[in-house]
Amino acid sequence: MAFSTTIYNAVFRRNSVYVSTIFVGAFGFAVGYDKAVTAVWDRWNAGKQWKDIRHKYVTEGGSEDDE
Amino acid sequence: MLFQSAAARSIPRVLRSSASAQARAFSSTSSSAAFQSFLGSRTALVSASALTAGSVAWYTHLYGSLPFIGEVHASAASDHGLHPTSYPWSHNGLMDSFDHSSIRRGYQVYREVCSACHSLDRIAWRNLVAVSHTADEARAMAEEVEYDDGPNDEGEMFKRPGKLADYLPAPYANEEAARAGNAGALPPDLSLIVKARHGGADYLFSLLTGYVDPPAGVEIREGLNYNPYFPGGALGMARVLFDGLVEYEDGTPATTSQMAKDVSVFLHWAAEPEHDERKKIGVKAVILMSTVFLISVYVKKFKWTVIKNRKIFYDPPKH
Repeated sequence: MAFSTTIYNAVFRRNSVYVSTIFVGAFGFAVGYDKAVTAVWDRWNAGKQWKDIRHKYVTEGGSEDDE
Repeated sequence: MLFQSAAARSIPRVLRSSASAQARAFSSTSSSAAFQSFLGSRTALVSASALTAGSVAWYTHLYGSLPFIGEVHASAASDHGLHPTSYPWSHNGLMDSFDHSSIRRGYQVYREVCSACHSLDRIAWRNLVAVSHTADEARAMAEEVEYDDGPNDEGEMFKRPGKLADYLPAPYANEEAARAGNAGALPPDLSLIVKARHGGADYLFSLLTGYVDPPAGVEIREGLNYNPYFPGGALGMARVLFDGLVEYEDGTPATTSQMAKDVSVFLHWAAEPEHDERKKIGVKAVILMSTVFLISVYVKKFKWTVIKNRKIFYDPPKH
């Protein structure tokens, strides 16, 4: 009960806070979710992607616009 | 309805429920009797026949033949080409990206071998950047080719070295020149060839490695070559990939099958450059949608508990 009261007072009580929480939460979730899926993806495809072989072909002082 | 409401008005309150029940029973008997007589009617016979004839015609139109009825064909199965083998490409799985080392080797094979006859006009030099080559490498390769540009201040076209934004050069100026250079056979553009052929990359690999001597009785015209994977069996392109034809910079032995595999992967990338990103987004979507689906199942069960678990008692009025 104490937990739900805290949540209610912190988030749901004022509409402005509630809406802001949704927006900020959505943004944060999108970033974190993408990072997590990318981490799994890179692990699964280790050695196959461009970022895994790029170091073999870049030259010292070359441009960086191919990351 | 009219009958029911009129009856309801004239019949005393106590009798109303039984009267309406009778009315319902009467109407259902009459409707089932009507249905029975409809089943035996001429209209039913005609419409059932029309439905049958219609679906047979529709099926034949859609699939060309009827099931369970044997057919005789004047053509041989070889006229459609052999079915290519399904190869275990390293990008086959739902979560597998392209092997970019293979794309890079495949580009080399395309550039040194295929591009003598085949264009790749939907791929620009910039598309190779961060896929198989660095920006500097792609720029250097583009600069080796001269492109038409202009007009300049005097209104004349001029030549300039290529830029990243230029598309890969075509071997022939136009279709007529391509046909004239290949005994009338047009080498197709390879940009979307993986999507444009049944079997996709499997077909390309089978075709490139599938050249054999024509079997007894099969005659191949002068200038054509026999390949069982090609529909019809005779194609203008001769076998081009032989062991050691190119020299890979990463030291991979350039066998025929290795080169065929690499160029198939490269052309698969050319046809579907969005492949890696698409699969990654697909994984994200599946996870997200499954979660949302489970939540919706929970919410539905939660909301319906009250309705599913309630008991209704009838408390009759006491006189």
